[in-house]
Amino acid sequence: MNEITEMIDVRDLVKNFGDFCAVDHISFTVPRGKIFGFLGPNGAGKTTTIKMLTTVLHPTSGAIRVDGHDPVREQRQVRRAFGIVFQDPSLDDELTALENMNLHGVLYGVGSHERKAGIEELLRLVELWDRRNDFVKRYSGGMKRRLEIARALLHKPKILFLDEPTIGLDPQTRNHIWSYIQQMSSRQNVTVFFTTHYMEEADRVADDVAVIDHGKIVAQGSPAALKENTQAKTLEDAFIALTGHTIREEEGSVKDRMRRMARVWGRR
Amino acid sequence: MRAVYILWLRQLKRFSRSRSRMIGSLGQPLLFLLALGFGFGPTFARAGGGNYVAFIAPGIISMGILFTAVFSGIGIIWDRQFGFLKETLVAPVSRIGIVLGRALGGATVAMLQGVVVFVVCVFAGFRVEWTIVLPFALVFMFLIALLFTAIGTSIGSVMQDMQGFPLVMNFLVLPLFFFSNALFPVQGLPKALQVVVHLNPLTYGIDGLRGALTLSHGFVFGLGRDFLVLGVLTAILLAIGSYLFSKIEL
Repeated sequence: MNEITEMIDVRDLVKNFGDFCAVDHISFTVPRGKIFGFLGPNGAGKTTTIKMLTTVLHPTSGAIRVDGHDPVREQRQVRRAFGIVFQDPSLDDELTALENMNLHGVLYGVGSHERKAGIEELLRLVELWDRRNDFVKRYSGGMKRRLEIARALLHKPKILFLDEPTIGLDPQTRNHIWSYIQQMSSRQNVTVFFTTHYMEEADRVADDVAVIDHGKIVAQGSPAALKENTQAKTLEDAFIALTGHTIREEEGSVKDRMRRMARVWGRR
Repeated sequence: MRAVYILWLRQLKRFSRSRSRMIGSLGQPLLFLLALGFGFGPTFARAGGGNYVAFIAPGIISMGILFTAVFSGIGIIWDRQFGFLKETLVAPVSRIGIVLGRALGGATVAMLQGVVVFVVCVFAGFRVEWTIVLPFALVFMFLIALLFTAIGTSIGSVMQDMQGFPLVMNFLVLPLFFFSNALFPVQGLPKALQVVVHLNPLTYGIDGLRGALTLSHGFVFGLGRDFLVLGVLTAILLAIGSYLFSKIEL
């Protein structure tokens, strides 16, 4: 079989929640080894898309291939292929960093020798090796995020999903996190798919971006191309030119929107 | 298999680290044992029932197991709230493996809690009559623990947050305890109560445990029947728990 060049291939993807269309006929591809940014305001459909790519939510229609596999029918293969850092922490606070790493390694079937070596390498890389025996509840927000990134790479995934990896962190820590991500993706040759609404970060680290708004992709290409097409100086300005509003204008997730809708329409 | 093992280990680690919780959950059984055991003891003996502490000790041990088991099953809600559930749900392991690991871990913890209550009962004057059957006691303790962890798991899979917890406590856990043979014998009960007690799975667990620990009071239904009822129900509830857990969406 010949090597598939696209790590992610999405065609005509749709997700409806009742009458509400969260993801509306989107198509895009992510080439192997690239860092791909998925940009859009809260509630645009970013997290819904990540959930479909990572097997936890079934699409209404459309086709997805992750590393050549279908997340609905070939769940196991897709799950082996990716590592993920969720928007909210998903560590066990009452275990140590080492125990969290170890648990992940065992869950993913990483052999004990490989696991030990991998844990040490990754924890040293994110500078948590000295604190490995501390309980995670003693960690700061930035340390937790670093630990989650290290953990997501332990089973040597081909693709790393990062849902708002720098949200809620101070600017200095955000720069730090990105330098770790860049280092690790080049070291392990991992494709990175991230969502963010920090435009300057996307501009700096992404090879390619797609801009999603109200469930539709309004533009995609390299940050430089996007800026050129819209004759904008920054990606932030390009975004305004493309969507007619700033990225942080709209607050509230899809769920919030649905809740509002339910309140208006559902309970009469 | 590896998922079952590592999630079981996780529950044990968490348990061994929360000594204050362990000691805290000893309070209630201890209160029941001391107040009821010694308070009703003389009346019970006068009525020809024999030693009341010996009678309720297995019931009190089961109480400790019941509470810990249901609570650790419901703990799925905490995992959901603190996010750890997501880590397990996207891993390349089956949901059944996750449920089994959690349930076996929770059940082991609940059984250990039962052993601790047992030791406390011994200090309070409870005497085991036939030590050879002690392994049977452990088997019944584990079955009770697994059954109620499975029930807790089912509830935790459908409940969204801890707001419903008092409901579970007051309308499930406490009735299960009080409408069982934990505090009184099943013989000679009013008809309605008799029916309820016989429908309660905890009754068979306590009867088996009581039989194994004190020959004089237990095995009213026979060892085989106790074991069968408990075993079959545990299997059914584990299946229900697994099904409901597999329906959880992120």
